Amino acid sequence: MPQQVNRLVVVFLILGGSLTVARHYMVPKTFGALGHYRAAAIDANASKPEVYAGHEACALCHPDIAKVHDEARHRSVACEVCHGAQAAHVESPADHKPPAPRQRGFCPLCHGYDPSRPTGFPQIDPVSHNPGRPCITCHNPHAPVPPHTPQECSACHGEIARTKALSKHTTVPCTTCHHVEETHKINPLLSTPTKPQTREFCGQCHAQGAKGAPDVARVDLSTHGERYVCWQCHYAHFPEVP
Amino acid sequence: MTPEAKPPQAIAGAPEQVSQERREFLKQCAAAAPLLLATIAVAEGVAAGAEEPNYKPEEHYYGMGISVNKCIGCGRCVDACKTENNVPREPFYFRTWVERYVITTDGQTVVTSPNGGIEGFPSTVSEKGILRTFFVPKLCNHCANPPCVQVCPVGATFLTRDGVVLVDKDYCIGCRYCIQACPYGARFLNPVTRTAEKCTFCYHRVVQGKVPACVEVCPTGARVFGDVTARSSPLARFVRFNEIQVLKPQLNTEPKVYYANLDGEVR
Repeated sequence: MPQQVNRLVVVFLILGGSLTVARHYMVPKTFGALGHYRAAAIDANASKPEVYAGHEACALCHPDIAKVHDEARHRSVACEVCHGAQAAHVESPADHKPPAPRQRGFCPLCHGYDPSRPTGFPQIDPVSHNPGRPCITCHNPHAPVPPHTPQECSACHGEIARTKALSKHTTVPCTTCHHVEETHKINPLLSTPTKPQTREFCGQCHAQGAKGAPDVARVDLSTHGERYVCWQCHYAHFPEVP
Repeated sequence: MTPEAKPPQAIAGAPEQVSQERREFLKQCAAAAPLLLATIAVAEGVAAGAEEPNYKPEEHYYGMGISVNKCIGCGRCVDACKTENNVPREPFYFRTWVERYVITTDGQTVVTSPNGGIEGFPSTVSEKGILRTFFVPKLCNHCANPPCVQVCPVGATFLTRDGVVLVDKDYCIGCRYCIQACPYGARFLNPVTRTAEKCTFCYHRVVQGKVPACVEVCPTGARVFGDVTARSSPLARFVRFNEIQVLKPQLNTEPKVYYANLDGEVR
């Protein structure tokens, strides 16, 4: 081989070698081990300290409260929702005391009435619901129940009550249309209230020949929407004529 | 031998000393090469050994389920996320946030998220004229086909074997390409570190067998976390018993945050 070529080969070898060495020092150690990234970054992400201990950790030292809590309505509410992040308390219980929110402003974060909240979620109007008194004077936050069995449907079904109050049905009591077992007030899911199952039920007021005030809307049941029960088209808590 | 062939011999003969040094140098290089390779091998071996001993990433593939009809908009998840991950408390820095959708009878859709919903939602919206209204928690969708990873020029964000999109904050150059690329607005530039930041599914908790902080504190169980591929996991059950939708499916990002009871208006 001519000598010029040999020299060129040497030059390229040196260039290649120095590139390899430079790459070794400049590319992070674990880059490319698992993909186009630094594998060590996974460990960096995984090694951060925890701030929330988790409700299992709380139950280890506070089994009495955990037992009450786990059988009550707030069983899905983890301890640290109200008491704050407590990994530090688990580490050294004496140095970090968990706070307990006793002021009235905290509970409405979840239980204040909001039209965007799902129907059936227990909500109160913080302005009118026993103003000025902290929630915990009547309700045990670990096992919350209403202090008295609710007498009014609006205690739980505030959204419907508010809507109905603005509608033409405002003077019709809930129990006119719904049959409610007494057990529903104590354990709501044990027996659910009934709904009218026949067209004739609404017809008692709204059929052509029905007794009652003359300004009540009346339809001929034989020709009007014969395939449906009335509430399948008309929202009975806020009846509107389409 | 012809006279023309002579000159090269003469030239080669003159710098005899130089040629000798070069040969020596090359010999030394050849001797050093195995040593260099050995050093690289050892360094890589050390780094590979630093992983969690009991945690096997290839056995997991994580996702999250969100029941829109269970969210009460209390914002505890937003607060827990900021606490757990030391996210700046100022507005506009969120790894997860909650949006309130209000769809009015005249067809308007109003989306609000005051401070990400961290202090709840002031109930100032008039009830009149509302057709539907609900809360939607949002976070990084941990896409199986993540656009943010595609655009990162340095390989500082990546999809792990267990299906989590992470950021390498020591390697990120803060160019903000990924923030632009994310179709879900799930990323932000941390004002302190000047690096991109996002939801990690609380990776440091997950490798310990715990659930992310937002799932831990959700009081109504609206958030569910687990293995997508497992036969029995809370998420597998969630996916089996709900009709599932994902956000922006038309982008083919293949999100792994699954929404149940999602309204068609949600973007």
